Amino acid sequence: MSYIPQGEEERARMLAALGLESVEELYAVLPEEARLGRPLRLPGPLSELELERELGGLAARNADASKAVCFLGAGAYDRWVPAVVDAIVGRGEFLTAYTPYQPEVSQGTLQSIFEYQSMICGLTGLEVANASLYDGASALGEALLMAANVTGRERFLLPSTLHPFYRDVAEAYARGPRLRLETLPEEGGRIAAGAVSQVDETVAAVVVQQPNFLGLIEDPRPLVEAAHAGGALAVLVVDPVSLGLLASPGELGADIAVGEGQPLGSHLNFGGPYLGFLAARERYVRRMPGRIAGQTRDVDGRVGYVLTLQAREQHIRRERATSNVCTNEALVALAASVYLATLGTRGLGEVARQSALKARYLAAELGRLPGVRLAFDGPFFDEFVVELPQEAEAVSEAMLDRGFLAGLPLGRFRPGWERRLLVAVTEKRSREELDGYVRALGEVLAAWASR
Amino acid sequence: MQVPEDLRYSREHEWVRLEGDGTARVGITDYAQSELGDVVYVELPEVGRHLRAGEALGVVESVKSVSDIYCPISGRVAEVNGALTASPEKVNQDPYGEGWMVRLEPDDPAEAESLLDAAGYRALIGAEGGA
Repeated sequence: MSYIPQGEEERARMLAALGLESVEELYAVLPEEARLGRPLRLPGPLSELELERELGGLAARNADASKAVCFLGAGAYDRWVPAVVDAIVGRGEFLTAYTPYQPEVSQGTLQSIFEYQSMICGLTGLEVANASLYDGASALGEALLMAANVTGRERFLLPSTLHPFYRDVAEAYARGPRLRLETLPEEGGRIAAGAVSQVDETVAAVVVQQPNFLGLIEDPRPLVEAAHAGGALAVLVVDPVSLGLLASPGELGADIAVGEGQPLGSHLNFGGPYLGFLAARERYVRRMPGRIAGQTRDVDGRVGYVLTLQAREQHIRRERATSNVCTNEALVALAASVYLATLGTRGLGEVARQSALKARYLAAELGRLPGVRLAFDGPFFDEFVVELPQEAEAVSEAMLDRGFLAGLPLGRFRPGWERRLLVAVTEKRSREELDGYVRALGEVLAAWASR
Repeated sequence: MQVPEDLRYSREHEWVRLEGDGTARVGITDYAQSELGDVVYVELPEVGRHLRAGEALGVVESVKSVSDIYCPISGRVAEVNGALTASPEKVNQDPYGEGWMVRLEPDDPAEAESLLDAAGYRALIGAEGGA
């Protein structure tokens, strides 16, 4: 059908064909009190050019990471995206692809998913990965369902050092199946050493975030061992870039690893679309949520790719499915694959190393400012908490006026933390930007001190 | 379509064989395996678990579907066929022999009498469009 713009004349002809006087008569079936009875109070239509200017003007009012220097992290990171990533992700064959239910015509899409899974396995040191989930937090929720399925238990231990938003999403996942989420206590910003005593034979899984919400490096091993001794699973929530430096979940004995894949070749995207990755030991593959692409051979022995183990999924298993997820973030997963393939192991290690070293430089420089100190001792990756002499919200506002997204004020997460700021440093930050940040913060604090 | 005379059958297509030692062996019928197609995975209960008649005792997964296996009579699981983990295809090849699934200690051996006999089961699958 061709698209024909309609004017008064066309509308009158259509109404006549329907035997109606006015468009209103089409809505006669709706009760009077449910109808507005007047046109919507909206400005009139705009031409494409006018609309572009209007929206462009609104967008220009955002202080995004391309205008302000970004030190915000907390799960979403302003990392460098090589040009090749956008070039490949933007190709029509990938951009417009739909679920590859018909493998004969979807070999390219299926292979790209298979390659992504292989890289996630390599990164996490685990044996199987799915085709991806919505984001890191929902991947954690799915991992909990998986552990409940595997163990037949309903108690979970989550540390207070877990990202609060991840905790919220996990709570939402737990509500329907009535899983009980309990909290592991912390000490100095890390899971308390005594927390292992909470692990017993009734626990389905123990969760550790590495590095944790405060940027600190945890030692998950005692908890992983305690989990295994009690027949529970160990779930690690990891920052994929940190794996360029830190031991992989597989090396640490984890059964399931989940995390946010946005730092792997995706822009900040205003908070989404993002990428939840999930990898596990092979023995749990049938309990895994979402799609899995597999490599096989056809009758002539040629390599081919398929969606495998679909019997777990809801279109076959209905209410007994392992999960009701039927979407994966194929395009964002592809960005991650291209990113990892471009950088390679050494490249990712370099990104991680630069981020960590620059974070250490900034932390040390900030520590020299009067009244500013690091809130926690011990190793961190590329994010850290500073204690300020003023409220972090106000400092962050003042820093924005100077062109810096200074970090995440933590007061909204914990009472008593109003002066704490979570600062993230990526490989993108230059020496000038780091020094500029220290100078700007120094000026902001000095201006307050002299009031 | 094989329907051995010496077995009892459930309406959900499981068979029961009462053994000389008082236990009952359970599996799925020749008709069931042919309807499922190639079996790729069988999930069985833990030894020692008590199951009531009609309760799901496990899951059989084929290339195209997943079905629950229902317990035909009440009893405690004495043994499961571990060989199916590595060779689920035995369910297709030999459903009444090497493809057996669990051995139960029945609460009441007479309960098997309430199940269909071979003639009754043949009539059931005949009505379903089977042999």
